[in-house]
Amino acid sequence: MSTKEPILSVRDMRVEFKIKKQNALPWHQPEILRAVKGVSFDLAEGETLGIVGESGCGKSTLARAIIRMIPSQGGEVFWQGRDLMKMNEKGLLGIRKEIQMIFQDPLASLNPRLTAGQIIAEPLKTHHPSTSKDEVKKQVRELMEKVGLSARMINRYPHEFSGGQCQRIGIARALITNPKLIICDEPVSALDVSVQAQVVNLLMDLQKELGLSLLFIAHDLSVVKHISNRIMVLEFGDIAEIGEAHDVIHNPQSPYTKELINAVPIPDPIAERKRIAERRALEAKA
Amino acid sequence: MALLDIQNLRITYDTPDGVVEAVRNVNLQIDKGETLAIVGESGSGKSQTAFATMGLLPHNAQVSGSIKYQGQEIIGLSHEEMNKLRSNEIAMIFQDPMTSLNPYLRISDQMAETLIYNSPNGKRMKKKDAIAECVRMLEAVKIPNAKNRIHLYPHEFSGGMRQRVMIAMSLLCRPKLLIADEPTTALDVTVQARIMDLLVELQEEFHMAIVLITHNLGIVAGSCERTMVMYKGEVMEQGSTVDIFGKPSHPYTQGLLSAVPRLNQDEERLVTLDRSFETQMAEG
Repeated sequence: MSTKEPILSVRDMRVEFKIKKQNALPWHQPEILRAVKGVSFDLAEGETLGIVGESGCGKSTLARAIIRMIPSQGGEVFWQGRDLMKMNEKGLLGIRKEIQMIFQDPLASLNPRLTAGQIIAEPLKTHHPSTSKDEVKKQVRELMEKVGLSARMINRYPHEFSGGQCQRIGIARALITNPKLIICDEPVSALDVSVQAQVVNLLMDLQKELGLSLLFIAHDLSVVKHISNRIMVLEFGDIAEIGEAHDVIHNPQSPYTKELINAVPIPDPIAERKRIAERRALEAKA
Repeated sequence: MALLDIQNLRITYDTPDGVVEAVRNVNLQIDKGETLAIVGESGSGKSQTAFATMGLLPHNAQVSGSIKYQGQEIIGLSHEEMNKLRSNEIAMIFQDPMTSLNPYLRISDQMAETLIYNSPNGKRMKKKDAIAECVRMLEAVKIPNAKNRIHLYPHEFSGGMRQRVMIAMSLLCRPKLLIADEPTTALDVTVQARIMDLLVELQEEFHMAIVLITHNLGIVAGSCERTMVMYKGEVMEQGSTVDIFGKPSHPYTQGLLSAVPRLNQDEERLVTLDRSFETQMAEG
């Protein structure tokens, strides 16, 4: 992977938020919350980088800052050699065609007043407004079949779909502009175990077929491990560890990674109870 | 006598597409101090069963069968009688701690309400005493600096902390039965582990029975004695957790178990749930 030129390089990314102190008066200086504290990484073409960490560790903030959905306080993002941070709105629009995003809550990220077909077609209308109606319809139908939805459902509204199906609509919407990178922000956290596997497998198949790069954000290590080539562990806005997926899971270096791995429950009563007992004994000692 | 005894529970809804059976033929018993897990995917009827027990089903639901709590029939109870039961005997925690707390009220106000109107000894409690009791409960669920934080609003807490507030709230009236409807689904794995430890600890302290509704088989394995597997409104199998995980007899349970992603398994593709058992069931 190191032989390839990275498609995305992030250098020293910093994001800060101003927050009001508790019981603060209007003239008090706001406190600075440093959500992302200088994160750097590279992503190669066709690679999947998993980003894991507890809620509040800055993983979603990092992803949003990369595509400039939120302002950042420093750092550089190179997308195929061009610095995103120095781009104007018009330039960014062109880039956003190439970088798409899938969100956590499948129902909340779809407009309830649009049909599935309209939702999937929206990015196409924004980025290629000259596409003919028939062409849009044709592409939407093709994509729906590709993500495992029947094209007959094109006129249904989001509430008529199950959670897993809604997430498929979100994936189709992200794919319609032929992106090179998809940022998946906890795409399966809200789904049932039985549906989770289907969506993860779908993403992996699409990646192979279309040569996509993925940034896969999740807090569940067992899912991230399956889809990622490399894993980055974030702790309070800092990189705790980054490395090949297999190494991070089987030979974690940072104590924080170990803690995360230990928190994943094992679906085996005997093993899991033994582990809980060990964890409690350890905590009692500490 | 079992603490909770559900016999032939059937819940149906009239919809424009005809009658929908949300739950059919559910039988379950739970004894004092026991932990029962109800697992199944969304739409399997696990939450419907819980809502029926709490008397929280929507008005258009039709319920038949029997739900007995300590020998008393719950189905058909009046609103007042049900309220009494809900305040002192059965409590419930919900999946999403943000939507189940009132965003306009301080934690102190919404927690104390429970005690002011329903104190365990039947008398109205003074607000000051109620808040002191609430602080004690928040300390029991390990919220640091509970004395000051009780005066905050729900949005000032993190998801895990909000779920702790919900648990504390549900324990205020010392229930004998706690129904936890996906209490950790919205939370991180590390917070999930802490909340589950907390529930088990509190169960020992307060001697209550817990019905844990979840689709996460990992947490069931860790903390429940008995497991009931539901699918499409029916009970597929029930028994001791060790037996069900060790040798699942129903093809759905087998499929569900193999679909759980595991850290120690190295295949690249995740196993998806094989639904071929549905045709087998329909034929047999």
